[in-house]
Formats: sequence, C-alpha cells, structure tokens
Amino acid sequence: MKVGVVVFPGSNCDRDMYHVLTDVFHLDTEYFWHEKGLPKNIDAVVLPGGFSYGDRLRAGVIAAHSPIIKDVRKMAEKGIPILGVCNGFQILVESGLLPGVLLKNESLNFMCEWTNLIVENNKTPFTNQFKLHEKIPIPIANGEGRYYVDDDTMKKLKKNNQIVFRYSKIVNGSANRIAGVCNEDGNVVGMMPHPERAVESDINPVDNKPSSKIFESLIKKIGVEN
Amino acid sequence: MATFNVHVTIENKPGISDPEGDTILNDLVLKGTHKTVSKIKTAKMLKFTIKEKDKKTAQSKIQEICDDLRIYNPMVSKVTVDVFEN
Repeated sequence: MKVGVVVFPGSNCDRDMYHVLTDVFHLDTEYFWHEKGLPKNIDAVVLPGGFSYGDRLRAGVIAAHSPIIKDVRKMAEKGIPILGVCNGFQILVESGLLPGVLLKNESLNFMCEWTNLIVENNKTPFTNQFKLHEKIPIPIANGEGRYYVDDDTMKKLKKNNQIVFRYSKIVNGSANRIAGVCNEDGNVVGMMPHPERAVESDINPVDNKPSSKIFESLIKKIGVEN
Repeated sequence: MATFNVHVTIENKPGISDPEGDTILNDLVLKGTHKTVSKIKTAKMLKFTIKEKDKKTAQSKIQEICDDLRIYNPMVSKVTVDVFEN
C-alpha cells in the first residue's frame, strides 16, 4: 500500500504531508515530481499545499496543466482516493477534477488562523471515521480560499452530497461556508484547511484527534493497519 | 506574416464580487473629491505578441489559447481580446 505526494515547483507543504503520512500514520509514502508519471501501484494520491508556480495567473491553474495531472485524472476515474489540500485543492478545481473555483478571500488578506470545520459528508475515503456534523479544529493559511460555484452547480453539489466540509462560521466569504468538496463519486476530495498541521498535539493547541481522523479514514479505506 | 499586439483583459463576470474594486472606489476615490465615479472593476491584462497572417487569425488564435489553457476561469471570469497592429 503506497501513498503518493505530488510535488510541484512551489509546493511547500509536501514535506509536512510526507512527515505526517510516514511518521505519524506509518504509511508507505513517496514523493512524485510533477513532470513524471505515477506508478500503477499507488493506492492514494495527495496534492499538498503551497504556491505552485508562485500562484502566477491564478492559484493552481498552471500546475493543473502539469504532466502528472493526466495520471491523477486516470486514478480519479479508477476510484483511487485523492486528496488536495489548499493549493492542492486549487489545482484540483483548475484541472476540472472538482467543481467550482477558489477566489481571493473577501477580506483580500492572506488568512492564517485556526478555525473549525463541520463534517457534512462522512462517506468519503477521508471522512469515513467521522460522525456527521463532527467539529474539527484546524488551521487555514491561504489568500485564495473563497469557494464559489454558480447556482446550478451548487444545486448539484447539494443533491449529490458533494459538500464535505463547511466552516462553522463565516471565515472568508465562501459560498455556503464551504471549505471542502468532493467529486460525484466521492473519491476526490479537496479542502482549504491544513490537516497535516493539526494531527500532532505538539502543534495543535486545541485537539489533534479530530483532524487525525482524516488520515485514519484513508487508512480504513485502503486497508492498512496503523 | 505580420506581428500583432494582443491585449487580453480578464475580469469578473457581472454578479461576481470584486472586493478590490469596491475598496478602491469606496476607500480611495470616493473619499477624495471625485464624487462622479460610480463603479470601479479590477481586471488583469495579459499582453501577447503574436505573428499571424492577419488580424482576424490573431484574434481567433488568442481566443483559442485563452479557452484551451484556461487563461480565465469561465465560471467567474470573462475575457476581452483586443488586437492591435504592431
């Protein structure tokens, strides 16, 4: 069982993610440079946070054209769990693997603070260990995190249960306080907050247990004993 | 083949909030003496230089690039392509 962490030029949460996957959850993890392909024996893929291509043009849009995205797309179609965090979420929406778009925060500020998420869908590979509406204390760190979809897409998201996380209060102007969504099949999940910064008690001042369930859900899904 | 300068303006579609434009209007322009201004919209402009056989081809080629490579996000943005002879 192997998890791939995709590295783009400008990724800066790739090592944090790798550390958490290997040292905290003992998963066999490997980095994959964005210009290369993904091997077929990958069981899950994570697109980490950062500033791919310096957010030039629009956060995530240039990385969405990276060669590795073809393989990520194939794996998404096969039902393999894929998680995009922050810039990884932006890349997933810009590549069309997830619906919507992430706009500049309403305040126009880069926001770096602790917030609370509410789990709205506990059926995905990254949320199956949560109770519905469970609260997760977790940090955000982004400038372009305001989720937006048009009215028709919002109706589809609600109908298909694609809203995975909401902020417990208004944070950045996101439509319906959305912090994370999934594709129609539920195997591709994107979220703006950073679970990899919240699963260790040393760096989580509130409670590191809820965010740990994101990774425990993946372990449950891909069948690796912790 | 001729060289054309092409200005691609990317701006929010109507109805998509533009907090930067609103801030420039409300906290800068309207706080001065320029009370006749009613709206400011921010936009991003990309200036392309392209060699094509004519102006029309330059226009359609740049539009194709904008659409294919998602130079703008069609859910929230629109582009205007203006071609100028060099």
